[in-house]
Amino acid sequence: MRVTVIDYKAGNLTSVLKALRHLGAEPQVADRDATMVQEAERIVLPGVGHFQATERLDSTGLTEAIREAIGRGVPFLGICVGMQWLYAGSSEAPHQQGLGHFSEACARFPQGAEKVPHVGWNSLEVRGDSRLLAGVQSGEFVYFTHSYKAPVTTDTAAIAQYIEPFAAAVERENVIGVQFHPEKSGVTGLKILSNFLSLHRKASA
Amino acid sequence: MITKRIIACLDVRAGRVVKGVQFVDIVDAGDPAEMAARHACEGADEIVLLDITATHEGRGTLLDTVRRTARELFVPFAVGGGIRSADEAAQVFEAGADKVSVNSAALADPGLIDAIGRSFGAQAVVVAIDARRDPEAKDPVRDALVFVQGGRKPAGRRVVEWAREAEARGAGEILLTSMDADGTRAGFDCELTAAVSAAVSIPVIASGGAGTVDHFVDVFGRGKADAALAASIFHFGVSSARSLKEDLAKAGVSVRLPC
Repeated sequence: MRVTVIDYKAGNLTSVLKALRHLGAEPQVADRDATMVQEAERIVLPGVGHFQATERLDSTGLTEAIREAIGRGVPFLGICVGMQWLYAGSSEAPHQQGLGHFSEACARFPQGAEKVPHVGWNSLEVRGDSRLLAGVQSGEFVYFTHSYKAPVTTDTAAIAQYIEPFAAAVERENVIGVQFHPEKSGVTGLKILSNFLSLHRKASA
Repeated sequence: MITKRIIACLDVRAGRVVKGVQFVDIVDAGDPAEMAARHACEGADEIVLLDITATHEGRGTLLDTVRRTARELFVPFAVGGGIRSADEAAQVFEAGADKVSVNSAALADPGLIDAIGRSFGAQAVVVAIDARRDPEAKDPVRDALVFVQGGRKPAGRRVVEWAREAEARGAGEILLTSMDADGTRAGFDCELTAAVSAAVSIPVIASGGAGTVDHFVDVFGRGKADAALAASIFHFGVSSARSLKEDLAKAGVSVRLPC
């Protein structure tokens, strides 16, 4: 299966590629070549680091290629900052627009008694009939490391609690994001990645 | 609910896991890839591999060890020991590490923290600090002395101010080893851990002194640690991460179970 992993030079892709290969996928890395996005059967946008780094998606033309691919029904998975990019933007980089597929914006955890960043294994509260989270029970743990997060909305597929409830996973048809790192989340994470790899294209496509 | 992390630490020399008993008699404890996989399977939340090879010749072996260890490991994986530059860190990431731990090199050139963080994100930079209480200081705990070169040489820094600088430069976590407690199996230095944890907003991993389950309960409570390192208690099948976490859960500590 042709899985295109987008490299926007914001951290290390090794772990994501390794997990995808472990599951039998054949990931290829695109850092500027829009045709690799156009031909993709699956798109994964990883990302650790700063929201500002997503600017590179705009300057390389990958943003538009991704938008078109999503429109054709190609399954898309954004991880961490890659999930946040699906929203309108983030207060981490107020002048950098996200894809805007989800209309809300991401914001920093409020400062208080708890530490920010949120780092470690936290449990999921699975909502509704998420295809990404098929077979994942509420209470299963996944690994997070982030300071910014997306709000809980009707598209939220799983909630996690840290300081306040936030979106651990978002899913609308073929467009999916996870705030946690499935590639670092043991058996549960691999199950989630495997679910993503077995998604069919959107019925209308 | 966020859980307290139990991190399995593997000391590696020339590609083998070793365990020193009372700082001498280095014992061969196994293959790093096999041991990391076993710890992950037995419930360790994270694996740290510390290379204690002192020689340059050993560096190539380290990358090979990291690559082999990372291959089938799907929990966070940190690597430390002798990483002196952002380029060396990049090689370790390329080999499959999720985080690098820097210690002496960051004290010699604190800009190393900024440099690695810029390229790989703060979550990928762990600053390891070896500290010993300073009985002559006004505050022997907050002003504990920081040491380099495996605890042989004072770095001229105090633990809280150095931890704060590391955070300000973009460290994602602090791995704090109490040299007073290390090797004693008499418990973590909870006062030291709490002082550092309260001074920074990033997670603090407590290290040194683990001997019993109660020591972990103590460091997660009184010591305000976000994670704790366990090395010797896992070796030779003395105890598994799972049994440790089951006991911690009974004591009211939030841990990842089942794992």
